[in-house]
Amino acid sequence: MSDFDIIVIGAGPGGYVAAIRAAQLGLKTAIIERENLGGICLNWGCIPTKALLKSGEVFEKLGHLEDYGLAAEKPSYDFTKVIARSRGVAKQLSSGIAFLMKKHKIEVIDGTAKLEKGTPAPKVVVALKAGGSRTVTAAKGVIVATGARARVIPAAGLVPDGEFIWTYREAMVPTLAPKSLVVVGSGAIGLEFASFYRALGSEVTVIEAMPRILPVEDEDISAAAQKAFEKRGLKFRVGAKVSKLSKEGNGVSIAFDVGGKSETLKADRAIVAVGIDGNVENLGLEALGVKIDRGHIVNDKHGATNVPGLYAIGDVAGPPWLAHKASHEGVHCIEHIAGKGGPDVDAPIPGCTYTQPQIASVGLTEAQAKEKGFELKVGRFPFKVNGKAIAAGDTDGFIKTVFDAKTGALLGAHMMGAEVTEMIQGFALAMTLEATEAEIMATVFPHPTMSEAMHEAVLDAYGKALHI
Amino acid sequence: MVDILMPALSPTMEEGKLAKWNIKAGDTVKSGQIIAEIETDKATMEVEAVDEGVVEAILVPEGSEGVKVNAPIARLRGEGEAASAPPPPAKAEAAPAPKANGNGAAAASPAPAPAPAAAGPAPAAPRAADGARIFASPLARRIAKERGVDLSGVKGSGPHGRIVRADVEGAKPGAAPRSAAAAPAPSGASSKSLAQLGIPDGSYTLVPLDGMRKTIARRLTDSFRDIPHFPLSIDIEIDRMLEARVKINAALESQGVKVSVNDILIKACAQALKAVPEANASFTAEGIALHHHADVAVAVAIEGGLITPIIRAAETRTLADISKAMKDLAARARDRKLKPEEFQGGTFSLSNLGMFGIKSFASIINEPQGCILSVGAGEQRPVVRGGQLAVATVMTVTLTCDHRVVDGSIGAKWVQAFKGFVEDPVTMLA
Repeated sequence: MSDFDIIVIGAGPGGYVAAIRAAQLGLKTAIIERENLGGICLNWGCIPTKALLKSGEVFEKLGHLEDYGLAAEKPSYDFTKVIARSRGVAKQLSSGIAFLMKKHKIEVIDGTAKLEKGTPAPKVVVALKAGGSRTVTAAKGVIVATGARARVIPAAGLVPDGEFIWTYREAMVPTLAPKSLVVVGSGAIGLEFASFYRALGSEVTVIEAMPRILPVEDEDISAAAQKAFEKRGLKFRVGAKVSKLSKEGNGVSIAFDVGGKSETLKADRAIVAVGIDGNVENLGLEALGVKIDRGHIVNDKHGATNVPGLYAIGDVAGPPWLAHKASHEGVHCIEHIAGKGGPDVDAPIPGCTYTQPQIASVGLTEAQAKEKGFELKVGRFPFKVNGKAIAAGDTDGFIKTVFDAKTGALLGAHMMGAEVTEMIQGFALAMTLEATEAEIMATVFPHPTMSEAMHEAVLDAYGKALHI
Repeated sequence: MVDILMPALSPTMEEGKLAKWNIKAGDTVKSGQIIAEIETDKATMEVEAVDEGVVEAILVPEGSEGVKVNAPIARLRGEGEAASAPPPPAKAEAAPAPKANGNGAAAASPAPAPAPAAAGPAPAAPRAADGARIFASPLARRIAKERGVDLSGVKGSGPHGRIVRADVEGAKPGAAPRSAAAAPAPSGASSKSLAQLGIPDGSYTLVPLDGMRKTIARRLTDSFRDIPHFPLSIDIEIDRMLEARVKINAALESQGVKVSVNDILIKACAQALKAVPEANASFTAEGIALHHHADVAVAVAIEGGLITPIIRAAETRTLADISKAMKDLAARARDRKLKPEEFQGGTFSLSNLGMFGIKSFASIINEPQGCILSVGAGEQRPVVRGGQLAVATVMTVTLTCDHRVVDGSIGAKWVQAFKGFVEDPVTMLA
């Protein structure tokens, strides 16, 4: 007789959502968390950074008040309070998860889990936070949702020391905003911190090994974003391979090779944001013979691993490392286990970067679509001719759409601009519903909104844009 | 309101395929009536109605696989019971009314597809044969249209059975077996595979259906099923006609024209249509179209099928003219070089199998024409003349009539007129 139907390891956005869904389906569920409910996302990722970025954004706006006919005397900030607000937001949400667990009668076990052989699912031995250990068993499945952590590259000194060299974690709770900052990696995490600290006045240099920033985004977006960030005073070194990052005096020194030459840069602090590694260690996965590939658990489309009764979802199971992907997989995995799975819906996963301006995208980039052999129709529309954007003083950015010329399928959409992260789901929905250009064109977009640029970018792909 | 449930055809059956519906929304169902065919992995079985009533809705479309036992598959309402929802859209294939203005297509022409579920010109929400909406994503609809996939035969894998792109891409275009099952009428093909009917795969050679074959299958199936037709046969003595032909050909020899028996029969048809204009008619929803000219379509066998080139206004043309035109048309027909206007839009058809020794046969009406004449072989037969046995060259002809426009007496009058012209060709000059 098993203790539970489902045991979830890790209470991030993948794990806790999976647990709720399991409880909704009447499965007796436990969730094991070694730190905070809500995981990195709520406590050290998505949410608290959005709080920081909002502070930065508002502060930066204060520098442009005259654009709006306004004035304020000597705007300033209290860094401690900015950080405190961010922590408060995280805490509020984390306690919200505790409430949800209680509401759904999900047993929360505080501790660190380790798997042992067992049937029908591996046994879970928890080293309890309160001391001692407890072994629990699941009748239907154990779900590994342990997430991921910042990748470190010791050979190049890309390892946090907690003081001068940070990962996202330290970068979120410093006592002071550094005067100068070097960010290694220009993905979403690196650029969000770069954007935040720049807003507070830090001198920020971003170093990217690939030839362009935001390497996963469409090339047009990378180019436009770099321009927009440079306008805000951010500096970039692209195609730059870090050879050595080290502490030097009361700061850091970073050596990198760019264009065949070696350069060195000094800064007060460095943030390492060179990617993510799955949390696959110390879980007993090796002893169970769980297949692991490049730091991530190998699973099938339902989350099942090669070990019966063991599932993996979210970051620990590989990219894209996004909270919403983890939640989506969690729900799907549970419904599959419960035999309540709906039909497979091929849903694209949007990605968002909350810089100033924001970046959002879904589906294929133009280059990816070309590589796949599609004949394309590409549309673009800039916010600088969008009424709402002009009125709001947020005219940076544009929207780009990529269509399959043959079928009219929307293959991808790419956006840069204010609050585009709130708009991308429109295109995600269109793609999930398998809309063609005709339905999107026939959709009525409210005026005046920035979303009108979505409509125009679709019209433009077919030579029908109205306002350009 | 009564739900018809998916029946268990065997004690172990858990699910099955709803292979075929014999009823549609709006039909009245009697207890014991065969309403559907269910396929399991083992067998296909017919489902009898238990309850009586009017079909309110078909809940599971034809061709659906994996339908669980006891799942509601259709809904009945008792007599007098009010419909719970707005009535479903009327079945699109109402009366198979031929086109009114006489431009209806001839045998080998692409006719409007009778299947209402076929992808329309615009990728609008398609409808199943029972009028129910087929849920399909816009992209699926568009790809289906492009590939000629009939969505009524595609099983949707999306939420609530919605057809998504992958389903269409996995479906075979055109004559996919599933679409044949879902829309059995157009081609007349059985919804069962030959293997299911006991003819094993590999025991035959499969010749793919080309456009002509599909058109023939569809048009003639429609015609034979939908048109109330009847044959009228008569024997005709043709000795005088054969004599006349010799004289005519002697006269035309200098022009290099050689009139065939069939050419003379075309002329006789035209004259008979002129004499009995009621037989030169088409049935349309608006009324009976009485054609002003005798445009005689002549069936010509060609490689892979047949086609019916037309001698226009044959009642106004000379035999020499008809003969020359027919030679040219027949030659180009065999090369498949006819222009559409040369084989579309006749008002009457003539089919002659006499050269094969066929004694008599009854052709199928070539919509929208009101009649078609089938000509058998001319042969020496004993005839009774003035109480004495004699020998004459006789052929039997059969006129197949569309009873909606040509009643028995009209058809008989036409046959008499035709017989008169052929037996005494001089009268054609009158």
